[in-house]
Amino acid sequence: MERVLSNKKAICFFILPALIIFIAIIIFPIFMSGYYSTLQWDGIGKSKFIGIDNYITLFTNHEDGFIESIKNSVILAFLSVFIQLPISLVLALVLSNKVRGENFYRSVYFIPVIVSTVVIGQLWMKIYHPGYGLLNTFLRNIGLDSLAKEWIGSTDTALGAVFVPVVWQYIGYHMLLMYAAIKSISSDIMEAAKIDGASSVQTAFRITIPLIKPILEVCVTFAVIGSLKTFDLIYVLTGGGPVHATEVPSTLMFNTIFHKYQYGYGSSMAIFIIGECLLLTVVIQKLFRMKKA
Amino acid sequence: MKKIKNSNKKPVTIGGIVLQIVLLIIAFIQIYPFIWLLLFSFKSNGEIFGSNVVGFPNKLLWENYQQALTNGRVGIYFINSALVTVVTIMISSVVAAMASYGIVRMKWKLSGVTLIFFLMGLMIPIHAALLPLFMFFSKLKQLNSYWSLIFPYVGFAIPMAIYIFSGFLRDIPKEMEESALLDGCSIYNSFFRIILPLIKPAIATVSIFTFLSSWNELMFAVTFISKWQYRTLTVGIQQMVGQYTTSWGPIGAGLVIATIPTLLIYCLLSNQVQKSLISGAVKG
Repeated sequence: MERVLSNKKAICFFILPALIIFIAIIIFPIFMSGYYSTLQWDGIGKSKFIGIDNYITLFTNHEDGFIESIKNSVILAFLSVFIQLPISLVLALVLSNKVRGENFYRSVYFIPVIVSTVVIGQLWMKIYHPGYGLLNTFLRNIGLDSLAKEWIGSTDTALGAVFVPVVWQYIGYHMLLMYAAIKSISSDIMEAAKIDGASSVQTAFRITIPLIKPILEVCVTFAVIGSLKTFDLIYVLTGGGPVHATEVPSTLMFNTIFHKYQYGYGSSMAIFIIGECLLLTVVIQKLFRMKKA
Repeated sequence: MKKIKNSNKKPVTIGGIVLQIVLLIIAFIQIYPFIWLLLFSFKSNGEIFGSNVVGFPNKLLWENYQQALTNGRVGIYFINSALVTVVTIMISSVVAAMASYGIVRMKWKLSGVTLIFFLMGLMIPIHAALLPLFMFFSKLKQLNSYWSLIFPYVGFAIPMAIYIFSGFLRDIPKEMEESALLDGCSIYNSFFRIILPLIKPAIATVSIFTFLSSWNELMFAVTFISKWQYRTLTVGIQQMVGQYTTSWGPIGAGLVIATIPTLLIYCLLSNQVQKSLISGAVKG
């Protein structure tokens, strides 16, 4: 028995296929990205080793929009944590509190999460269309013609306009995670609170929210990391424009590599994004642990 | 998620009615864009651009769908997406289930470390692999092939799949396999004949997860595929929109077609889909 379960050949048979693909697709490329990021290289000609110069350029060159892109992703992270998550939390609290139509609402709120971001992006493009879009048509019909504008075409409104669908799409996802966590709280605790005369608001703040802290940590982490690496919707809606107004690090990285052919410089952005994500995961974890103490 | 019939529990109050109205408005906001999409996918430009922006189509223009599927090539993109997604699901489920079995059940020193190594992959954004994989596939002359999408999708599906499988395997009692092994059944047979059928629920969870991520993936698909013959829906749709810029009907039809499989799966397996996405986030 022991011998069968520690048979080296069998272990290799089970582990190796996944391990080889995993290393080839994820681990090895990270190191390659790290290596590329030290090069000045257009992908075709000879590359030149320039050490950390690409990283220095990231923060000293103000023309390429990198600083701008970080600023935008940080704004998005804030919106996600302070607008999206509170909405999700309120919905989760309400829906888990024995509301009529609970399952229906939960299922409906969740639909945008599973629909392809490209479809959602194209759809919102039509909603924002300056001439015939849903939004401007609506504004004109209620007599607010002056408010109708080129939502994603103008630098003033573009950023806000692309963030709305980003935030909108994942409200249902966070709601679902929180809802599941609330449902797994033992009903005895809730009953006891009710018998002691606690109102639903009191129960929410004193009992439910503290008890679902672990899932809140997961949601905050997902919301922040998701914002820092967001790509699809912005790529579809604006590609980062007009004039970098909606640029985020991922779209800038993509354009730098595949449109400007600056492979080395673009790779330093990729490495920056990974580093930023890992760092913030740890920071959020620390923040949540700190509050507990 | 327990299903409790709540309909008789609470008396109807004014607060209750207000709450219902608010919940309905939110439901409307979450779902209305899709209804609008479905409606305009059947309309002519004349209706969409003026006479009938929000109402029901005067006449169902199935031609829009025909246009999208043939001239817009959405039919081909759809088949490509289906092919890539199905193969990705099959490969990633099998290799990840095998690896999880090797890690959870087999006895060797590095099993714990290997699990952690795989799970680290959960934190890695795909950005990091984009350019190196592009160079890699271009050297192998494999850009513009199904494999250039399938392998990356499998690679990035593996950490989550192993996370779900290994959690599930730990909860399965060992007796059945042990008695099979004592009876002289080989370890391979015990995995394929006994374990795989036992972990079917986890396979469903993993498949849904992998389906959503590969069906909707954009960044790799944009980068690795430039020939229309191999385009998947996410990239193909972009292309089609460029082709039809001003006639929204066929565009809408294409978007609807791209969304149908997802919504169909969701309608049939709504609870299972929700559970999959929950289990991807909650540490066991």
